[in-house]
Amino acid sequence: MDKFDLIVVGGGPGGYVAALRAAQLGKNVAVVESTHLGGICLNWGCIPTKALLRASELNHQLHNLAEFGFSAEKVSFDLEKVVARSRAVSRQLSRGVSGLLKKAKVKVYDGRAKLAGRDGNAHVVSVTKDGAELTRIAAPDVILATGARARHFPGLEPDGELVWTYREAMVPKELPKRLLVIGSGAIGVEFASFYRNMGAEVTIAEVADRIMIAEDAEISAMAQKSFEKQGIKVLTGAKVGPLNKKDGTVSTQIVTVSGTYDLVVDKVILAVGIVGNVEDLGLEKTKVKIDKTHIIVDEFCRTGEPGLWAIGDVAGAPWLAHKASHEGVICVEKIAGHDPEPLHPLNIPGCTYSRPQVASVGLTEEKAKATGRKLKIGRFPFMANGKALAMGEPDGLTKTIFDAETGELLGAHMIGAEVTEMIQGYVIARTSELTEAELKETVFPHPTISETMHESVLAAWGGALHF
Amino acid sequence: MAINILMPALSPTMTEGTVSRWLKKEGDTVKSGDLIAEIETDKATMEVEAVDEGILGRIVVPEGTEGVKVNSPIAILVEEGEAVPETAEAAPAKKAEPAPQTAAQPASAPASSAPTVPSHATPAATSSGKRVFASPLARRIAAKKGLDLSGVKGTGPNGRILRRDVENAQVEAPAKAEMAISAPAEVTRVANSTMRKVIARRLSESKQNVPHFYVAVDIELDALLALRAQLNAASPSEGEGQFKISVNDMMIKAVALALRSCPGLNVQFTEAETLHFPDIDISMAVSIPDGLITPIIRQADRKSLRDISAEARDLAKRARDGKLKPEEFQGGTFSISNMGMFGVREFSAIINPPQAGILAIAAGEKRAVVRGDELAVATVMTATLSVDHRAVDGALGAQWLNALRDIVQNPYRLVI
Repeated sequence: MDKFDLIVVGGGPGGYVAALRAAQLGKNVAVVESTHLGGICLNWGCIPTKALLRASELNHQLHNLAEFGFSAEKVSFDLEKVVARSRAVSRQLSRGVSGLLKKAKVKVYDGRAKLAGRDGNAHVVSVTKDGAELTRIAAPDVILATGARARHFPGLEPDGELVWTYREAMVPKELPKRLLVIGSGAIGVEFASFYRNMGAEVTIAEVADRIMIAEDAEISAMAQKSFEKQGIKVLTGAKVGPLNKKDGTVSTQIVTVSGTYDLVVDKVILAVGIVGNVEDLGLEKTKVKIDKTHIIVDEFCRTGEPGLWAIGDVAGAPWLAHKASHEGVICVEKIAGHDPEPLHPLNIPGCTYSRPQVASVGLTEEKAKATGRKLKIGRFPFMANGKALAMGEPDGLTKTIFDAETGELLGAHMIGAEVTEMIQGYVIARTSELTEAELKETVFPHPTISETMHESVLAAWGGALHF
Repeated sequence: MAINILMPALSPTMTEGTVSRWLKKEGDTVKSGDLIAEIETDKATMEVEAVDEGILGRIVVPEGTEGVKVNSPIAILVEEGEAVPETAEAAPAKKAEPAPQTAAQPASAPASSAPTVPSHATPAATSSGKRVFASPLARRIAAKKGLDLSGVKGTGPNGRILRRDVENAQVEAPAKAEMAISAPAEVTRVANSTMRKVIARRLSESKQNVPHFYVAVDIELDALLALRAQLNAASPSEGEGQFKISVNDMMIKAVALALRSCPGLNVQFTEAETLHFPDIDISMAVSIPDGLITPIIRQADRKSLRDISAEARDLAKRARDGKLKPEEFQGGTFSISNMGMFGVREFSAIINPPQAGILAIAAGEKRAVVRGDELAVATVMTATLSVDHRAVDGALGAQWLNALRDIVQNPYRLVI
């Protein structure tokens, strides 16, 4: 039985980063990955969807060239090639992860891991492939980074043909003419945006009273308006009836407060949340506690069973790759006896890569108000930003929320072009505990859309200069 | 080229220290690995060794200087024949390293090549004039509270003071000069040592923030004393295997076993959740010159009395010598304070945060006890439990004390 200092179960953005950090700290590390290094993020999530969205933005641009003085005729695309490019990007990155792990001398096992009791102080992990045990390995510390998968509801089960999850939605063989997306979190909205920009008729059905419920209400209203302007039908407060499949189409009835809609579509995408991969890991004989498919952990990702840790999606919200990676680092540093800073949930940015993009960190206005603090709120529209106009991206807003007493940046919310690349500025501000004074003092480069970040702060504290 | 030797971070939480003694003089040749100074942190004294070779050109921080910030220059190392810089500003920095006995312990401090922070960064003016690292938000909140940041311990990266540190800190009343008026006679003023400041701060926080309640019980010791006499009689009179088990050793084990059978006190309360610890690590208060320290007997429930005895003796000795390593006194899940040797009848102890309980052990003395309807004489000790009411309720405290009494009065469980 090979012995390691650390075994990481799962090679996604949580697991492989944990393994790399542990290797940096001189640990002898093994990663057990059942499917593909890089996990969902790299193979079936964050990365390939960005490749698809890029293609769909190009399609949109090519159909809207007149504003820039261009004309193009017979613009067309080959969906197979669009998908193939997305797959190639994933493949390249997955190979990159494999190379990184190899360079760091991390041993990678291709198989499924299951806890199989203890050998003295060490946890024993059984590695199986296709049901047959390949080997057993042991380490005093084991990190569970098994991730999550799409959630299903009774009556709303995917079949891979007409009713898709993200998995099928990412590798379409042909473009559906009519599409229903159920759920309007980041995943639902991104697919809606992709298919709409590729030319499909898209309906979003969201059970809550507004889309992108995690975002600030003002931003989510702007996003809805923008989607509607692009021709996406958005139904909120929507209860989706049974999905009736017939002749290669799906019909259903959607009930909302504003009326009842009978819908016939070619495909349905389910994006109604995720469940943690907690099954068949051998957790039954441990002290690990599971709440609604997620492993309960403390601030340093400890599970309650000595030597057993959990990070990323399987350890609970927010379900974001960068949260998983950061937890991987914290967890490994804790194992190594360092004194890492726990992850602060309010300092984790969230990004959605639809058109328009949405990015945020910290509290929404509603939640900031609920703290009872006196607030100062600043808004700055992209319409008043030179670079945004020059780029032909005048729709957008940067909103900042401050504690009026202390100047703490409580939350920042952005919608519009490139905001996912800019939100980190506010994340640094929050993590470093900067106040409005430092943000006001900061010189932002001109002309950039990031100037809206400066102006929004000025707007909160007495007045923007350019609006 | 001249190299600055910086105050090292000897533990992950260390932000400042005292240069208690220089082991080299100006002009001495220094080889890599030579011990150059003794640094006193809040709880321990450690030797520091040189990373580079050269001649100790200038001692920047004289012996006995307190509150020297981590990473600030303490000396300048020069090459043979090189002019010694007047100040430490120009020289590149090399951090001194803790001597090998502590080198293995984790440190979150940056690598030794980390540059010094540029001097043009806006320092906070404090009443003492020393540079303080604090976030802008922490500075502003401190200003609003009227709090002097130099008295606040930072918990952020490299000891940076963050909002939470300022919010948790208490505003101290400015020192008053009234003393001089009411007491014209000479007052001896003794500067508080780092340790005294830490004790003051931690115990004030404990009493202010932790709702204590106290449960006391009288425990008869005769059976335990008899067992102890038997055990010690079995010790070889000299040589390797010799041992002498004290009542304190037996109480450490008894407390650990009581925590094992009643684990609800082996916890830590945090805002969001209560942490239940699998290991029972007993902190034992040891009185040392100018203060006290709590070295830890880890997993005391699993150790034999003989092991506990040997370990407690070793820890107590090194505690008095100021030679404990940080990991030997940081942590612990429950504390014992024993003042039996001073003949006190009973006392209550302040909880050692973030633990949830501490047992105060008073002297065993012959007292009249009632057995049935008869008066009898027994050796009785009063033990007082202090508990954090946020984590533990009264009934559980009482239940635990009963478990402890049961173990001490039927002490055979201590040896099986």
